[in-house]
Amino acid sequence: MPAVSKGDGMRGLAVFISDIRNCKSKEAEIKRINKELANIRSKFKGDKALDGYSKKKYVCKLLFIFLLGHDIDFGHMEAVNLLSSNKYTEKQIGYLFISVLVNSNSELIRLINNAIKNDLSSRNPTFMCLALHCIANVGSREMAEAFAGEIPRILVAGDTMDSVKQSAALCLLRLYKASPDLVLMGEWTSRVVHLLNDQHMGVVTAAISLITCLSQKNPDEFKTCVSLAVSRLSRIVSSASTDLQDYTYYFVPAPWLSCKLLRLLQCYPPPEDGAVKGRLVECLETILNKAQEPPKSKKVQHSNAKNAILFEAISLIIHYDSEPNLLVRACNQLGQFLQHRETNLRYLALESMCTLASSEFSHEAVKTHIETVINALKTERDVSVRQRAADLLYAMCDRSNAKQIVAEMLSYLETADYSIREEMVLKVAILAEKYAVDYSWYVDTILNLIRIAGDYVSEEVWYRVIQIVINRDDVQGYAAKTVFEALQAPACHENMVKVGGYILGEFGNLIAGDPRSSPLVQFNLLHSKFHLCSVPTRALLLSAYIKFINLFPETKATIQEVLRSDSQIRNSDVELQQRAVEYLKLSSIASTDVLATVLEEMPPFPERESSILAKLKKKKGPGVVPVSELEDGKREGGELNGGGDRGPDSAMSASNASTPSPSADLLGLRSAAPVSAAAPSAGSLLVDVFSESGAGGPAAAVNDDGFLRDLEPPTETSDTLLVEAPGDSDSVPPSAASEDLAPPLPEADELLNKFVCKNNGVLFENQLLQIGIKSEYRQNLGRMYLFYGNKTSVQFASFSTTVSYPGELQSHILTPLPLNVQTKPVEPLVEGGAQVQQVLNIECITDFSEAPQLNIKFRYGGALQNITLKLPVTINKFFQPTEMAATDFFQRWKQLSQPQQEAQKIFKANHGMDTEVLKAKLLGLGTALLENVDPNPENYVCAGVVQTKSQQVGVLLRLEPNAQAQMYRLTLRSSKDTVSKRLCDLLAEQF
Amino acid sequence: MRFMLLFSRQGKLRLQKWYVPLGDQEKRRLGRELVQTILGRKAKMCSFLEWRDLKVVYKRYASLYFCCAIEEQDNELITLEVIHRYVELLDKYFGSVCELDIIFNFEKAYFILDEFLLGGEAQETSKKSVLKAIEQADQLQENIDFQMRLFPGVLVPNMASESSGLFQN
Repeated sequence: MPAVSKGDGMRGLAVFISDIRNCKSKEAEIKRINKELANIRSKFKGDKALDGYSKKKYVCKLLFIFLLGHDIDFGHMEAVNLLSSNKYTEKQIGYLFISVLVNSNSELIRLINNAIKNDLSSRNPTFMCLALHCIANVGSREMAEAFAGEIPRILVAGDTMDSVKQSAALCLLRLYKASPDLVLMGEWTSRVVHLLNDQHMGVVTAAISLITCLSQKNPDEFKTCVSLAVSRLSRIVSSASTDLQDYTYYFVPAPWLSCKLLRLLQCYPPPEDGAVKGRLVECLETILNKAQEPPKSKKVQHSNAKNAILFEAISLIIHYDSEPNLLVRACNQLGQFLQHRETNLRYLALESMCTLASSEFSHEAVKTHIETVINALKTERDVSVRQRAADLLYAMCDRSNAKQIVAEMLSYLETADYSIREEMVLKVAILAEKYAVDYSWYVDTILNLIRIAGDYVSEEVWYRVIQIVINRDDVQGYAAKTVFEALQAPACHENMVKVGGYILGEFGNLIAGDPRSSPLVQFNLLHSKFHLCSVPTRALLLSAYIKFINLFPETKATIQEVLRSDSQIRNSDVELQQRAVEYLKLSSIASTDVLATVLEEMPPFPERESSILAKLKKKKGPGVVPVSELEDGKREGGELNGGGDRGPDSAMSASNASTPSPSADLLGLRSAAPVSAAAPSAGSLLVDVFSESGAGGPAAAVNDDGFLRDLEPPTETSDTLLVEAPGDSDSVPPSAASEDLAPPLPEADELLNKFVCKNNGVLFENQLLQIGIKSEYRQNLGRMYLFYGNKTSVQFASFSTTVSYPGELQSHILTPLPLNVQTKPVEPLVEGGAQVQQVLNIECITDFSEAPQLNIKFRYGGALQNITLKLPVTINKFFQPTEMAATDFFQRWKQLSQPQQEAQKIFKANHGMDTEVLKAKLLGLGTALLENVDPNPENYVCAGVVQTKSQQVGVLLRLEPNAQAQMYRLTLRSSKDTVSKRLCDLLAEQF
Repeated sequence: MRFMLLFSRQGKLRLQKWYVPLGDQEKRRLGRELVQTILGRKAKMCSFLEWRDLKVVYKRYASLYFCCAIEEQDNELITLEVIHRYVELLDKYFGSVCELDIIFNFEKAYFILDEFLLGGEAQETSKKSVLKAIEQADQLQENIDFQMRLFPGVLVPNMASESSGLFQN
C-alpha cells in the first residue's frame, strides 16, 4: 500500500490492486480479474441501485483492468451515469473512463455529449475544464460536430477564466487536427491571434499551439501573429531569469513558450517589416550569445531548456536561409556540440547540421567538420548517433570530398549495424554516381559495395551500374576487366555474378586478347558460379552464354554442349528450359549475320534520373516519392533486363498495360482511347468499332462532349417501340410477347454485375459474337450504344434483337413499366468480320429492380442462335451525385431511420480491398463519395439522388470494410424501401 | 506529441496516454514493441531515437521509464523537460513519488497529466498552477453544499435538470 493516499481513497480499489500485484502467475491474475469482472457485472445488474461511490469504485476497477491490457465490454453506461453526478470525484472518474475507453456506440455518444454540454454551460470552471479535457482526449468527429461551434466562443469570451481558456485552446486544436472541416475560426481569427498578447503566460503557452497549427493551414489569415510573436519572444529573451516567476524553469525564462514562438515563426517567411525583422534578428543573436555564457546551473534541466531554445532558434535561422552571418554562427555553435560530452547534444547537432549542409551560405562551414563527423561514424557507441553521422556525411558530400566520404562510408559498411546497411548502400551508390569524375572509380565503388554488402545491394543498384557501363564506352573495358577479377574470388555474391554475367556477355571481347582472360577462360569462370545461383541469375547467365557464341565463335561448341545437357534442356524450371532450348536452336540454325543482329550489343539507355534516388526517398518515408517516379524505376529495371534477357519486370509491366483498370472506365465517353484500353483483348472487334467512331464514323456523336445535349425522352409515337410506353396500355407490345425468346443465360446476372459501376466494355462474347456497350446517363435518361460484332468469317442471317422488360406480360397494365426503352431494328444481315451498331434510348419512369432483357437471334450456318442477356441498366445509373457536409449527411441519415428504409448486408470481400479500386467503384456507381464524413477514415460514405420520371429518391450509402476479417458491411438508406434493397443487392456483388 | 508511455524496468505499462486515434489492438502492439526497443538500449545511450516513422524521446527515473513519441517538427530537448516537469509534478503531489504511488493512484497520475498536457501540447507549464488546479479539485469533494458556497446559484438548478433529464430521452 502506498504511503500517501491523497484525495479520496477507494479502499476496495486498493485491495483489488494489491491482490493483482500479489498474483504469482499470469493465470492467477486472469482468474482474479475474471472473478472481479463477474462481481462488478452482478453489482451493475443487481436490483439494488448502487450509490455513487460504489459506482465510481467499480468503474475505476474496470479502468484498471483495461489498462492492464484486458478487454472491457461493459460499464460504459455506469461511467456515463457518473458524468452527471454532482460529486466532483465521481464525475472525474466518469470522464476518465470515457476518455480512455471511448466507445463509438452512438447512443452513448449522445448521452456523453449531453453531459459535456451541461458541464460546459455550468459556468463552473473546474467542471468546464473537465468537460474540455474529455473532448480533447476523445477528439472524435461526433464531438467536433457537437462542440466545434461552441468552444471558440468560450476561448475568446472576456469572462472566461484563464484555466478554461487554456483547455479550450488545446481542445480546439485536437478537434481541428481530427476534423479540420468542422472547426471554423472565421470571425474569431483575430481575437485568437491576440491571445499571444494575453498577460497570462499559461494562456499564451496553450493558445500558441493552436495558432501554430491554424497558421500552417491558413497562413494568410493568421499572418498578423508574426509581429505579435516577435514582440512576445523579445520580451522573454530580454527578461531577467526571475522576471517570469513560476514560468522560469531552472533559470531559463519560459522555455516552452520560447520554443513554441520560434516554431510558430517557422510557418512564415522572414518578416517584411524592417523593424520587426530587426527585433527578431536581435532575439536570435541574443539566444546565440547566451549559449556562450557560463551556465547558471549545473543541472541538466538548465542546459536542456536553454539548448532546446537554441536548437529551435537554429531551426528558424535555417528555415529563413537568408542571414549568412546567423547561419555561420549557427554552424559554429553546432560544431561545438559535435564534440560535447552529452550524447544527446551530439545527436541533435549532427541532425541539425544535416539541414544546414543544404544551405549555400553554410555548406562550406559544415564541410570543415568532416573529420569530426567521420570520427563520430567510427567511434559513437550508439547506433542512432552513428546513423545521424552517416546522414550528415551524405548531406555534406560534394565533388571535393566525395572520394573521402565514399571511402569512409564503404569501410564503415563492413561493420555497420544491419539495421542501417541497406540505406548506407543506397547512399554510397548515389554519391558514387553523382560525383563520379572518372567512371572507373564509380565501377570500383559499386563492385566494392557488392563485395562488402552484397545482400543489401538492391536491384536498382546493380541495374544502375550496368546502365552506366553500357552508356559510357570509355569505361566498358575497365568494367569487364574489373568484374573478371572480382569473379576470381572463390565465394562471390550472386549480385556480382549478375553484373559479371551481363558485362562479360556484352563486353567480354574487350579483354579477350589477354590469354589470361580468353573467351573460354571467361566462360568457364562464369559457368563455375552457375550451379550456386538462383533461377533468375541462371537465366541471365544463359543469355550471357548465347551472347558469347556471337562474340566468340570458338566457344560455340562448348556452350552448345552445356545448353544441350539434361540439366539445362530438361530443367524443371520452365524459363530455364525454354531459354536453353531456344538458344541452342538459335545457335545451330541462325547464320552468323542473323546471330550478330539478334545478339547485338545493347543500345544505350535513355538518360534519366537514377532510380536509386527514388528508392532512397521511398525508404525515408512513404508518400514522398510520386508514384510515377517509382513506376519509372520499375520500368527501367524491366528495360534493362530486356533484349536477350526478358526479366519478370518487363513482362509484368506489359500485362499491366493491357489490364483494364477500373478508373479507365470512368473516363468513358470523353475520349476514345481509354475505352479501347478498357477492352479486355487488344485488337478485338470492339476496339475497331471505337476507333472508327473516333474517326467520325456513324457513332461520332459518342465522342462529342455534348452528345447528351440532344438526348430527349423517347417519344411514344416512335414506330419502333419495343417496350410499352407508360399509359399506352391498349396496344399489345409488338415483339416482346414472342414466346420463342430463350431464357436469360445462366451467367446473365454475372455479366450484368460487371457493369454496375461502369458504363462501357464488352457485355458478352462467345465464339461467334461479341457485344460491346457504351452508355451515358443524365438524370432519368440514358443512351446506350450496342455493338454487335461477327467474329466469324461467315455471314449471320436473320439477325434480330429484342429488348423487353421481364414479366411485362404479367404486369398490371395500368401500371406503367418502370423503364421505357426505344430502339430501331438492326439490319438482318451481318457480314463476317463486320459490326453493327444499335442505339437504345432509355427513360426511367420509376424505380425498378429487374434489368431489361436483350434477346439476339440469328442464323449461323443454318443453325438458329438464340441468346438472351440482361441489359446492364440498373437503378444506380440514374444517380445524381450529391455533395454534402457531414452535419447534413448525419441529419439525413437519422431522418431515414425507419427499418424498411434501411437495407444492410454483411459479406465477404470478393475482389480484394484496395482503397483506390474501392473508390473508383463507388464513383462509378454514380454517387458522390464524401470525404471526412465518417468518423472512421476506413469507411466510405456516399450520397446521391436517384432520378426517375415519377420521383426523386435520395440515397445514402455507407460501406465499412473490415480488413482483418476481409468482410464488408454495407448499409443503404433511402426514402424508398425498394431502392435501398435493390441497391444493396447490386452492390453486395461489387466488392 | 503522439503518445506518452510510463513503464517499469520489467516492461509493465503504468500509464499510457494517446493523443492520436488508434484502435486498442494497435495501441497494445505499438506499446509492446516500443517498450521492448527501449528496454533493449544501454544505459548511456542517447535519449532520442528514430523508431518507425516516429521520433521517440525517453528518460529513466529510478525503476520507471517515461517515453514520448513526438512529431517530426517537435523539439527533443524540450520534450525531455516535459518528462521532467511531469515527474516533478508527481513528486510534489505524492511527496517523493515512487512507482507504487502511480500504481495505486493511477487515476491521479492521469488527472495531473491532463492538467499539464492536453491534446499532446503543454497546457500549463507552471508547477504551481498545475498543482493548484489539482489541489482545488481534491478539495471539491463529495459535498454539494460546499460547491454551492463556491458557486452560488449556478450549480443546483443545472444539476437537477441534468440528473433528471439525461436518461429519459
